[in-house]
Amino acid sequence: MLLITCPYCGPRSEEEFAYGGEGHIARPADTDGLSDDEWADYLFMRTNPKGVHYERWVHAHGCRRWFNAVRDTATNEFLAFYRVDEKKPEIDR
Amino acid sequence: MKKYSVFSLVRNALDYHRNWQQAWRSPAPKSAYDVIVVGGGGHGLATAYYLAKECGITNVAVIEKGWLGGGNTGRNTTIIRANYLQDESTGIYAHALDLWDTLSTELNYNVMFSKRGVLHLAHNQHDLKELARRHNANRMMANELEFLTPEQVKAFVPIINISPDVRYPVLGGSLQRRAGVARHDAVAWGYARAADSLGVDIIQNCEVTGFRIEQGQMKGVETTRGFIASPKVGCVAAGHSSVLGAMAGLRLPIESHPLQALVSEPLKPFFDTVVMSNTVHVYVSQSDKGELVMGAGIDAYNGYSQRGSLPPIEHLLSAAMELYPVFSRVRVLRKWGGIVDICPDASPLITKTPVQGLYFNCGWGTGGFKATPGSGHVFAHTIARDDPHPLAAAFRLERFATGNLVDENLAAAVAH
Repeated sequence: MLLITCPYCGPRSEEEFAYGGEGHIARPADTDGLSDDEWADYLFMRTNPKGVHYERWVHAHGCRRWFNAVRDTATNEFLAFYRVDEKKPEIDR
Repeated sequence: MKKYSVFSLVRNALDYHRNWQQAWRSPAPKSAYDVIVVGGGGHGLATAYYLAKECGITNVAVIEKGWLGGGNTGRNTTIIRANYLQDESTGIYAHALDLWDTLSTELNYNVMFSKRGVLHLAHNQHDLKELARRHNANRMMANELEFLTPEQVKAFVPIINISPDVRYPVLGGSLQRRAGVARHDAVAWGYARAADSLGVDIIQNCEVTGFRIEQGQMKGVETTRGFIASPKVGCVAAGHSSVLGAMAGLRLPIESHPLQALVSEPLKPFFDTVVMSNTVHVYVSQSDKGELVMGAGIDAYNGYSQRGSLPPIEHLLSAAMELYPVFSRVRVLRKWGGIVDICPDASPLITKTPVQGLYFNCGWGTGGFKATPGSGHVFAHTIARDDPHPLAAAFRLERFATGNLVDENLAAAVAH
């Protein structure tokens, strides 16, 4: 069971949240000029690291707001929680 | 390799089983091979076996970071079926099912394939329509399925609760009689023994730490036991495929999730088939040891921890209680998680890559065990000829750029 700290509501059970996958994937600005491979990379390719993972969560059964988290996917240890308007933290481990 | 038979069993019994030959060697890695298979699970060992048996390439090494069959091969619920929606999927899964039929004889190793039938249940109108569509798609492919009414479901699985007064009533089911289960360890060990006897080197406790790639051409793998040269490397690493891909500078359309399962204490035989309920996330069979084997849905988050959270287990057990009230006093013996590699279209990747001589066989997600023989067979051909086997052609990496996805999100065992 994960204990997830919503930046707005504090620590809550995993069951209150829904997962949003990898974070910080920006929609390409110039979509008209995008090649098929670039579209595939944006839509389907994922970093899927074993270790530090920047990801999105939504407090679905709470304040219903999206936020970002950093988690070690090998140990499930959360390393940071931050709002979407906050800067991506640099985590080195 | 000495052949296993009833005579060898008697002969060894007379010796108090002290003189059985070792099932496979444990050689030190050579400096170079024609093909290296990374990953010693069922799919990797099957790949090595068919490379040696059908493609005439015997100078092959299987490199495994842990022990044989210690990953998802030893962590799944051993269900074997071929009732997917798309023609491409029926091609590969039915091919696998054909190979399962004769696998024990082929490998001279009893994989305990039991064709006890697999029944998919529908619990709402959407399920019924999806099941009917899949049912008809399979019949178009001459892949025989039977559609059961709730009363026929009850006759086939007498302990099931078909009361309409439950949260997820049984509205119907689709039965594939030639589907079933097999013994997971025996599959890994059988392929290992057969591959080894054809000259394949199986190297355990040896982790790949990097690839040596020069001018876009594979040269070999860096491992914890030193560099091993090979012009062709096939990666069959399931949940760790993205990690291997990153070593070669590749991004794959894969996310790794924990998928959990559990077994009960052993009971006398009373559940003689496999029943799957995708909507409520429970699939049940009874092992030869008597344990009820039950699988859950995936944990929603990415993870490599080989354990999941409790909520999926609670969901699985609450669904099982409703469907099979007699389970209520059964105790759970143990639960575990495996790391499944899920593609966006819930179909596998059997593919060449932009690196010449590097191949991937992954993305089997929540249902790879059933495909083991077919997967190894077509992947061996893909590596040997450097050209996709016809049954594997649809599962190329390029499909994510061309848009030719093979969408099996409904037919895969668990929703994701």
